[in-house]
Amino acid sequence: MHSVKITVTLRKSILDPQGKAIEHAISTLGYGQVGEVRTGKLIELKIDCPTKDEAERVTNELCKKLLANPVMEDYAYTIEQA
Amino acid sequence: MSHRAKFGVVVFPGSNCDRDVHYVLSEIFQQEARYIWHKDSSLGDIDVVILPGGFAYGDYLRCGAIARFSPVMREVVQFAEKGGVVVGICNGFQVLLEAGLLPGAMLKNKSLNFVCKYVHLRVEDATTRFTSACRKGEVLEIPVAHGEGNYIVDEETLKRLEDENQILFRYCDRKGAITEEANPNGSMANIAGLINERGNVVGLMPHPERCSDEVLGHVDGRKFFQSIINSFRD
Repeated sequence: MHSVKITVTLRKSILDPQGKAIEHAISTLGYGQVGEVRTGKLIELKIDCPTKDEAERVTNELCKKLLANPVMEDYAYTIEQA
Repeated sequence: MSHRAKFGVVVFPGSNCDRDVHYVLSEIFQQEARYIWHKDSSLGDIDVVILPGGFAYGDYLRCGAIARFSPVMREVVQFAEKGGVVVGICNGFQVLLEAGLLPGAMLKNKSLNFVCKYVHLRVEDATTRFTSACRKGEVLEIPVAHGEGNYIVDEETLKRLEDENQILFRYCDRKGAITEEANPNGSMANIAGLINERGNVVGLMPHPERCSDEVLGHVDGRKFFQSIINSFRD
């Protein structure tokens, strides 16, 4: 069994208005040194398979087919044996 | 009597404009209209499929992302490939983008606000089956109601859309000028509606079904439905 954590974020070239709104709130709190805030989604799932390679293959497939939209999003993941 | 077009209105869990569309088609235009449940694996004998507005599957993950895997969507894609007429309104447009029937994607509105108001649209091409009742350059007043209408696509595709006349409606001011102020959501090139290359699939964010009944004060939406109906006349 493998535990997978996937993060989906807007591509760097795309303005993230939620990130901007949060950044604005952070600066209002007085943290002027904080910037470049970006938001995204965290998706956790488990994959029942023998090897990490297989888990990685399934994860990539899922990201491409459903979890991320390549027109506007990038994804990254970590896989751990559970 | 003129030929009546047969419309199918897809109902996803979370659709909320399905009845409005059905009402306009059957009561205002006296056409045949029936609902198609998202789990149906056949569209039946119809001429036009409409994917209505709403929040299919709660818009979880991304707008339209789950809906596009509904059983009925396989049929809709095949129907479109065979030349069948497919219309996506608002959430339905988002589903068409996710299904790859039209290019691009929708981001959250630039303002981060849900925008619900009347906007002006300029008809960019009046030779299509969705706009033949309009004049080229005509300004229509039709309401929008969405949180994710900020259209985005890569530059190369945008150029192709412009070159091939596939941008059907753009947000404009009341005189038809395409300005940033007239853009309610930050959409690229003020895009409000697109048509595919073949001319049988259309997606638009504004809601023509919300301005087709005189009691609601505006009837510009009728021109959209009238165009489709006319395209089935002999």
